[in-house]
Amino acid sequence: MATVSVRTEGARSGLLRRPTATTGFWSWITTVDHKRIGILYGITAFAFFVIGGIEALFIRLQLAQPNGKILSASTYNEFFTMHGVTMIFLVVMPLSAAFFNYFIPLQIGARDVAFPRLNAFTYWAFLAGGLFIYSGFFLGGAPNGGWFGYAPLSTVEPGNNMLFYSLGLLMTGIASTASAMNLAVTIINMRAPGMTMFRMPVFMWMGLVVQLLLAFAMPIITVGLFQMLFDRRFGTHFFDPAAGGDPVLWQHMFWLFGHPEVYILILPAMGIVSEVLPVFARKPLFGYQFVVFSGIAIGFIGFGVWAHHMFAVGLGPVANTAFGISTMIIAVPTGVKIFNWMGTLWKGDIRFTTPMLFAVAFIAQFVVGGLSGVTHAVVPADYQQTDTYYIVAHFHYVLFGGAIFGLFSGVYYWWPKVFGRMLDERIGKLHFWLMVIGFNLTFGPMHILGLQGMPRRIQTYPATLGLGVWNLVATIGAFIIATSVLIFLLNAIASFRRPKDATADPWDARTLEWSVSSPPPPYNFEEIPVVHSLDELWHRKYAEREGGLVVPVPAGGAGTDPPHGEGHGDGGHAIHLPGQSFFPFVAALGLPLIGYGVIFHLWMAVAGAVVLLVGVYGWAIEPASE
Amino acid sequence: MAVHTFESEHEATSTGLPNTKLAMWLFLASDCLLFGALISTYVLYRGSSLVGPYPADVFDIPYTSVSSFVLLASSLTMVLALAAIQRGEMGRMRVWLLATALLGMTFVGGQVYEFTTFYREGLTLSTNLFGTTFYVLTGFHGTHVGVGILMLLSLVAMSFTGRITPRDTMAVELVGLYWHFVDIVWILIFTVVYLIPTGK
Repeated sequence: MATVSVRTEGARSGLLRRPTATTGFWSWITTVDHKRIGILYGITAFAFFVIGGIEALFIRLQLAQPNGKILSASTYNEFFTMHGVTMIFLVVMPLSAAFFNYFIPLQIGARDVAFPRLNAFTYWAFLAGGLFIYSGFFLGGAPNGGWFGYAPLSTVEPGNNMLFYSLGLLMTGIASTASAMNLAVTIINMRAPGMTMFRMPVFMWMGLVVQLLLAFAMPIITVGLFQMLFDRRFGTHFFDPAAGGDPVLWQHMFWLFGHPEVYILILPAMGIVSEVLPVFARKPLFGYQFVVFSGIAIGFIGFGVWAHHMFAVGLGPVANTAFGISTMIIAVPTGVKIFNWMGTLWKGDIRFTTPMLFAVAFIAQFVVGGLSGVTHAVVPADYQQTDTYYIVAHFHYVLFGGAIFGLFSGVYYWWPKVFGRMLDERIGKLHFWLMVIGFNLTFGPMHILGLQGMPRRIQTYPATLGLGVWNLVATIGAFIIATSVLIFLLNAIASFRRPKDATADPWDARTLEWSVSSPPPPYNFEEIPVVHSLDELWHRKYAEREGGLVVPVPAGGAGTDPPHGEGHGDGGHAIHLPGQSFFPFVAALGLPLIGYGVIFHLWMAVAGAVVLLVGVYGWAIEPASE
Repeated sequence: MAVHTFESEHEATSTGLPNTKLAMWLFLASDCLLFGALISTYVLYRGSSLVGPYPADVFDIPYTSVSSFVLLASSLTMVLALAAIQRGEMGRMRVWLLATALLGMTFVGGQVYEFTTFYREGLTLSTNLFGTTFYVLTGFHGTHVGVGILMLLSLVAMSFTGRITPRDTMAVELVGLYWHFVDIVWILIFTVVYLIPTGK
């Protein structure tokens, strides 16, 4: 191997002195390294996960028994709204973004994303948006109109609660949209030589579909949020029936974004599971192309099913039938994936490690959530189920039993790669079993509660309805989940007390990120790899003899080291890394200032705009790398 | 050996398209949905205003036609600016960029005048659904033009400081893509909002 020198420093032109710190506080503020930004996304999302979880615990305490008195009605409204907003926009989306940020360049054989400073900006804008929404608790009231913010409740209620919602989500929306452009371009354009689209890991394909869904779904909610903001703050009449406006327009705007959003939340987890299963079943993914194309199909059809959230609105039988049918159709590519995963496990040499357990639980629980989802596609049945706890049970099976379990599978799978240390397997399994039990105990009974007629979002219920038993069971389950999360946290902390001992490839994995050290060096690859097949790393390690017998390739043998002379090696040359920068942080700082300005005093918005402009211009003038 | 640099158009990419250009196309595609949602809202509420003034009461079609023509003409000067830098003629590029910005400012100025006139005639954001949808849709477009003007002027300024050199044709091309997009969107808005008559 050639020696490699890394140059990142060099302070020169620009408004501010170019930051060069590689450790400490400022190195994190100014970082443009996709791996560090991924870690920032992950830690922030986990912090919000704990906060959103505590809100859920309060909700469950309030509902544990009839006539609960833990939360007042108005606090309850804030808590269930913020629980939903947090878990969707501040947990599952950024946690997926954490994995995409960290592993897109590593899995496609690149040294960073296409626009490293934009990447930093999207993180800071997301953080600003999240903190902005939460600041509502201290500035007169947090959002309280549900995560779906239905008009006219969200536009006529006094108080600034829903202004924090619309403005905060506009900020996280800017972050998601910009991040989508960045990551999509990275996947399309920065693949290593030989990494054709159909040699990419499935996680990359799901990443690409998710970024495109974001790119086309976020602008719709952006317009909806602006209309809500203008109705609430500047006296427009978009959703005001008294002036001829139509509140149902908001529902269309919201769900035209909201249903693709569901796939934005679940496809990353599906991608992770598609990586984990082959590694621990020691088999290639069954039907790679089917998994990829079904993911693409889900992305397309996902834009054509939104009105199944609105069957009870009164769109009429024709619209309801059409959307009922399209909803049943989207179950087909989803089912295809399920069978592919089962086919991957079939006759595999399975190792039940913690990531594998989470992946298998993902499949089982997602099937439950998917099947209850199909029951919503039947319009008459949906009339009974809509706005009941049956719906709550359904989407928690998809988004918690599905997305969160898939993401935890990814956490356990990639932890050694990111931090250079293994998570303890025994504690991990304890975490897993407690979480499975707690999850099913919490959300399983909600199916029954919903069919018994318990409505969503109610603050309390009388004892005569006979809902107390299952509610108590659900509350007990919620605390078991909380215990399991605490155990995960202990596992994480304990891992940092051990030496960095993870090898480059502790799981005997198949994809390129495992070909570099754990954690990877700042430049990822000493030499940009040349890719010859799907599951590149596997084929470098193993060869197939006649008769299908798989044998290890001796180290240093054919395929271990890509041949030189293809014109892409950087050996012996300096690797240029993008320079650190203050400006993405500065630009993002302007966003919440503008937000507070819109709510309180417009001069603050002007100040925020100035800060934003300073950030953007500093960014534009400063060279990307020295 | 190709030195691996970032955000540079000289880098070999998987598709052969520069990263910045691909990103701009993606952004514009995404922005289509933004204007799509706004225009849909306008169309949905056409003729739904309960009180006046109605479009026919305030619109001055000849006036807006002229300002539309001014905006469309700016696409020509934008093309000329790009052609100039591609030939390495920085002086001409500056002239055409400034001309583009000036035409854009004329359009925005015209819009400000139009808004003021409508306001005097009693049409505000909260008068009726027409005011609500009209101001927000055309305001969003005007903001897009404003951002475009800022970018054009920045290009001129940066060409004096040396940040934009004759090699940086891509920067001008990207701003051009954005500018043409904003023009095309205006053709749509002008047709839907001004030219197609509303009942009331």
